[in-house]
Amino acid sequence: MIAEAGLAVLWIGAALCVLQLALSVASLRAPVPAASIDTGPALWTPSTKQADEIAALNRLIRPVAVAQAVATGIAFALLITLFVQVDLSVLLVAENDHSAKPLLYRFAGTWGNHEGSMLMWVAILAVAGAAVALLERRLAERTLIATLGGQATIGLGFYAFLLFASNPFARLDPAPLDGQGLNPLLQDPGLAFHPPTLYLGYVGLSVAFSFAIGALVTRDVGPAFARAMRPWVLGAWIFLTLGITAGSYWAYYELGWGGWWFWDPVENASLMPWLAATALLHSVTVLATRDGLRAWTVMLAVVAFSMSMIGTFLVRSGVLTSVHAFAVDPKRGMFLLALLALYIGGALALFALRVGTVREGSRFDLVSREGALVVNNLLLSVILGIVLVGTLYPLIAESLTGAKLSVGPPYFNATAGPIALGMMIILAAGPLMRWRREDGVRLLRKLVAPGAVALVTGIAVKIAAPTIAILPLLGLAFAAGVGVASVMPLFGRNLLRTPLFTWGMVIAHLGIAVSLAGMASERAFTKETLVAAAIGETVHVGPYAVTLANVEPGFGPNWTSLDATLRIVRGNEDSFELKPQARAYWAPPTETSETAIATVLDGQLYTVLGRQAENGRWQLRLWWKPLVTLIWAGGALVAFGGVLTLLGRIRREGRAARRQRSGFWG
Amino acid sequence: MFAKAKNQRLTLAILAVVAVIAAALLAMSALKDQAAYFYTPSDMAKDHVEPGRAFRLGGMVTKGSLRRQPDGVTIRFEVSDGAASVPVRYTGVTPALFREGSGVVADGRLDTSGTFIADQILAKHDERYMPPQIAGAMHKTESLKK
Repeated sequence: MIAEAGLAVLWIGAALCVLQLALSVASLRAPVPAASIDTGPALWTPSTKQADEIAALNRLIRPVAVAQAVATGIAFALLITLFVQVDLSVLLVAENDHSAKPLLYRFAGTWGNHEGSMLMWVAILAVAGAAVALLERRLAERTLIATLGGQATIGLGFYAFLLFASNPFARLDPAPLDGQGLNPLLQDPGLAFHPPTLYLGYVGLSVAFSFAIGALVTRDVGPAFARAMRPWVLGAWIFLTLGITAGSYWAYYELGWGGWWFWDPVENASLMPWLAATALLHSVTVLATRDGLRAWTVMLAVVAFSMSMIGTFLVRSGVLTSVHAFAVDPKRGMFLLALLALYIGGALALFALRVGTVREGSRFDLVSREGALVVNNLLLSVILGIVLVGTLYPLIAESLTGAKLSVGPPYFNATAGPIALGMMIILAAGPLMRWRREDGVRLLRKLVAPGAVALVTGIAVKIAAPTIAILPLLGLAFAAGVGVASVMPLFGRNLLRTPLFTWGMVIAHLGIAVSLAGMASERAFTKETLVAAAIGETVHVGPYAVTLANVEPGFGPNWTSLDATLRIVRGNEDSFELKPQARAYWAPPTETSETAIATVLDGQLYTVLGRQAENGRWQLRLWWKPLVTLIWAGGALVAFGGVLTLLGRIRREGRAARRQRSGFWG
Repeated sequence: MFAKAKNQRLTLAILAVVAVIAAALLAMSALKDQAAYFYTPSDMAKDHVEPGRAFRLGGMVTKGSLRRQPDGVTIRFEVSDGAASVPVRYTGVTPALFREGSGVVADGRLDTSGTFIADQILAKHDERYMPPQIAGAMHKTESLKK
């Protein structure tokens, strides 16, 4: 019953989506007094019968958007219920669930498969649309209607994909005795939160896309539009940042390889929307504050969500083989590819048609904050292009020539690394510059302190570790310099009266420096020991002495294991224990190694239990990774800076809106 | 300076074009080095791979070639694709589904004696999975034999 109900409400959601699109089109096609285009609802005086009809359409579209989100949200909740109850008469549940799985993974398993994750995608899309309908009050009425229409257009394609090619509620008859289980690598608390976070970011960018489409349709690209769009971009970007950071940490401790970024296509699929969203975040600020970069901002909004869709396609179409690729049906891949071509192509065509009507914004000097933001945007776009080429090149080469290629980490490190370092200089200098025009000498004087700090750090590191490679050395030096430069905008200000969004920028930029320091330190100073140790034997890694105390069997709800006990001492400190584990799952039969990690102030000790070697010895793989935690701490700081900025913006815009309203009525 | 708006726009445009071209050149030169990142033993026999360059080797672990070294963490084995084979040395924990006669993908580099020193053996996630490149290479050598 639940499955049928789920399918039914999903159809209702799709129908409401069609209605939403129809309402939007009907409202936009109707002729409107020219004055209302630019001035918004407050100054619009409906006088004709036609205007009354439009007003009726417009009043209806918001509730429809909300109802659509409610219907699709219920469908998703019902699918979760099926998974939690392990209803094996449903095909999807039988293929991915197992009665022996703990509650958390039955719950999270809902989106640990193709159909479930697509339903989550659509549900978030609908909720994002509803949020715009409910919360957005600053945007001109017509542009808002067009935006909701854009959102419905995206929704339509993905509803069709769900209902015709990926029905999550399909029945299985007869029902099997038990399910096939979930990939054990995915049975981790990280999975419960990583995909929803990332999806909120991916799909949140759909709002920016719809805003751009809406503004192009109604020719409304300008500072007001940018101020309205900014919080949505910021929100999506915060979730993307958190999602990538969490995903990186998940890969780090769950895979047991000691690495935190593998340039896996799936990782790139999440990085590309982030790069585009970061660029968009900065250009939308130029548009909102200085009325510059109009066409470019609209373009970036289109590109950012296009990257989200390309990411979804890469990850979900089955063209890539990885833990994330669930769909193996080529029909689905083609369906997604067609949707992709339709939406990206359509948006670009609209852009090309309307870009001529987007008036140029105000001008600025090359050496100015706008100039720095333009260079930042260029560099981010270049990195985006490099990652995109590296990710898609093997796929395109294979489809054209049949050659099976693979582009590895050396490509990405050699290209993206130096550009990212170059971007650090812009990151340090940009916030110290004035809008419109900056005096070069004044700027250089401001950069003396960060530059000196970077130089001293670089020299000190080189003396302490003469064999360090050039990239990590530059990374550490730049991190120190950027760290100093990023807090400099606070100098000479009353900290209590500094707006929250300035704090947000400072903290986010500081987070980048912190993360960079972690990456460079991990790359340069990691110590690794790999041995076959007998029980009672002591091995050394970095500052630690690790004794293998014993290895004994253990078990969990759906696995058996070998548990090692390691007794660990550092210098004169108290000893502590770590228990790395080698697990064998039975549904599906897979082995995983559960790392045991000790986090201390200056880094992490990372331990993995391998297999049994001859003579009763056990393979142990140990890493000492100094300051590695800074990588994710920096990511969290970046996201926190985003949250502060968002709060600051909402507060200021709210205040401005109230003032405007009282001014208008008063 | 604002009067020279056209100049400034031109400067920006030139800057953008230069950045894009530089990025394209950088990407192309890196791709030229890395496009052939994945090698099968037959590819290695065909194209010379200089020692020390990082690449990815894929093939099947030859039956009867696996030797465990006395230190307990180093193994030696041969990777073949039916037509050629390469000796491999790996120090580390082997993934769960690593065994003789099954597919393997390893990251590493050649030493001067022609042995592939693997830094990492990539885990297969389940029994059914075979890296597409190997599936392709195996298919090619199968058809060669016929």
